[in-house]
Amino acid sequence: MTALGGLGTAVLIAPLIAPLLAGAVAALLGWRRAVAWSAVAAAAVILASGVLAAVATSDGSVLVVGDLLRADALTAVMLLVIGGVALIATWSGVGYIDQELAAGHTDARGAGRYGLLVPLFLAAMVLAVLAGNLGVLWASIEATTIVTAFLVGHRGGRRAVEATWKYVIICSVGIALAYLGTVLVYYASQHSGMGSQGSLDWTVLVAHADRLDPGVMRVAFALLVLGFGTKAGLVPMHSWLPDAHSQAPAPVSALMSGVLLSVAVYALLRYRVIAVAALGPGFVRSLLLVAALASLALAASMLIAQRDYKRLLAYSSIEHMGLVVLGAAVGTPLAVAALLLHILGHGLAKSVLFCGSGQILALEGTTQISGVRGLLARRPVLAGTFALGLAALLGLPPFSLFVSELALARAAADAGLGWAIAVALVLLLVVFVAIASHGAGMLFGRPPAVTAPPGAGPATAPVPTAAAVSSVLTMTQVRPQALAPVRSAAAGVAPLVTGLAVLAVLGVVAWPLDQLLHAAALIAGTP
Amino acid sequence: MFVQILDLVCGGLLLSGVLMLWRRELVAIVRLLVVQGVLLAALAVLLGVREQSVELYLVAVGVLVLKAVVLPGVLHRVLRDSGDAREAEPLVNVTSSLLAAALLTLVAYAVSRPLVALAPSATTRALPVGLAVVFLGFFVLVTRRHALSQVVGFLLLDNGIAATAFLATSGVPLVVELGGSLDLLLLVLVLQVLAARMRLTFGRTDMDELQELRD
Repeated sequence: MTALGGLGTAVLIAPLIAPLLAGAVAALLGWRRAVAWSAVAAAAVILASGVLAAVATSDGSVLVVGDLLRADALTAVMLLVIGGVALIATWSGVGYIDQELAAGHTDARGAGRYGLLVPLFLAAMVLAVLAGNLGVLWASIEATTIVTAFLVGHRGGRRAVEATWKYVIICSVGIALAYLGTVLVYYASQHSGMGSQGSLDWTVLVAHADRLDPGVMRVAFALLVLGFGTKAGLVPMHSWLPDAHSQAPAPVSALMSGVLLSVAVYALLRYRVIAVAALGPGFVRSLLLVAALASLALAASMLIAQRDYKRLLAYSSIEHMGLVVLGAAVGTPLAVAALLLHILGHGLAKSVLFCGSGQILALEGTTQISGVRGLLARRPVLAGTFALGLAALLGLPPFSLFVSELALARAAADAGLGWAIAVALVLLLVVFVAIASHGAGMLFGRPPAVTAPPGAGPATAPVPTAAAVSSVLTMTQVRPQALAPVRSAAAGVAPLVTGLAVLAVLGVVAWPLDQLLHAAALIAGTP
Repeated sequence: MFVQILDLVCGGLLLSGVLMLWRRELVAIVRLLVVQGVLLAALAVLLGVREQSVELYLVAVGVLVLKAVVLPGVLHRVLRDSGDAREAEPLVNVTSSLLAAALLTLVAYAVSRPLVALAPSATTRALPVGLAVVFLGFFVLVTRRHALSQVVGFLLLDNGIAATAFLATSGVPLVVELGGSLDLLLLVLVLQVLAARMRLTFGRTDMDELQELRD
């Protein structure tokens, strides 16, 4: 365990300061091109510090800043996830908000609020993964409910208010239960022979874990799975997820699916290490298996007859989180390495898909699957990236989800949970068929009768002059040249293509992450 | 002496929780929340006297201000603006609610057996009360239609958790306590704004209106 001095401190402090600064800029200036790009810069800083942390911790060492901030290999993986997903989402968000303002879906105040809340959300998530104290971890995850409440309700209107209300109430209940679980862990630590001053420091708890009272830890862990599972979208407290994701702006949905769900699972991973040491593997494994398989089953059943493509993506998130928690149930180092790769891959793929769906919504004006037909013929670039994103999500090679799902299956079989992975694979097959058929319906099929000229987007005639000036970043244009739609579509699609490229590289080449995942798996895995 | 006052306070917490299931007028329910806030603060003071801890006195003051003054004040304002005085058709009638309350208290006693067994003392023997109030809060959340009642259910849940935290561990580290209180305050303010928006958008704050998002 080494503290790498100045560089180490910078790696830990920078990802916290950068988004806070971006938020401050947004609070002062309202929504503006500079503000939008400052959020992207903050995401890039988080990604960069993740890379540096990865390099520093791949050999098992730990970066610390006092008692508060701590980065080991597991933290580095999560920083990469947060940074990568945030980069795609904020990059896509630049054009998204401009287009919303142009179309009149939001006003300057709403855009300013968006610009302030997204970086604050990122800061809270970074604090959650950098926290060495489980109480701070809990507090930052709780803070995200408040920050994202108004992001979910960004659009206004009946459905957005309904989604926000359900989201806030259900997630608050969940996080309150997680608080009770944290209190009970603290209670157990007070009576575990480390003196009457208990501790919520993760390293201390892991060291004393075998002396924690099993009866109390059982109740505590059940509450924690229920509580943090709410934020991760696990059954039974999952019903906020489809509503919130379908109503929130597309980049926000990308952030929630890619970052929020992942950090909630990260919290469960941290607690799992303590629980397994205190309770033995049996109870923990059964509890996590029940949650995982129930979530997979629910997602599969709700995807079959799904009519809304944003809700489709939301249920797919529940399905993938179920798969990740299945890996956590297995708990061996191979399983943990696989699930961490899966979290990264799913985050990137889901953000590509949600940002793409935001552009589809802007084009088509509807989130109904049946309202979108023949996308490939009309908008080949956007439809192509959406199709590739779906392929990545479904676990097709060469994308990294293929590798991680294969590794999860292998790890489960090795650990004697072959039956569980067999059930999961059957459910995944159902999901595959459902998503593939809905996706095919959207991409192929006869496009509706087109009355406008082929180079035009939907009727946004007042927009052109402003669009001509900022043409690189708007997504809908009305210009006669055939090149113009391609150029603006390309700009909107750039973050998506980047995400897909990274996914493909991760799926083919092992070396960027191999050592890091191995180190992280040693921290969070229990042989 | 300490034990008798402790049992009195905890009994009051449980009773006020059950009364919230009985009363239907929202004003009365908010008044019961004030009572619970006072009782929670009294619990913290009691434990502060026992542990000789200044931290607990500070926490008691914070709890009193937040749960007995500020939060009920926010709820009163929402009530006044919305003009609804009464819970609309409850999902579960009063008799069944009271029976459910009894059942939930028994479950709380069963679940908290290992918690009490870890460190038996006068304070931990009162732990089941905290858990019972948590379950009651859950029950209110699930069975009420009015938006404000759902907020009340959540606050009841939170009071139960606070009581459990006090009884089990004599409070958590101050940092976590502060973070939790701040989040609670912000949360209720968010819910206030949401309730206002709901009234603007739907005309009423009834959960029956929120049925549009479904598969």
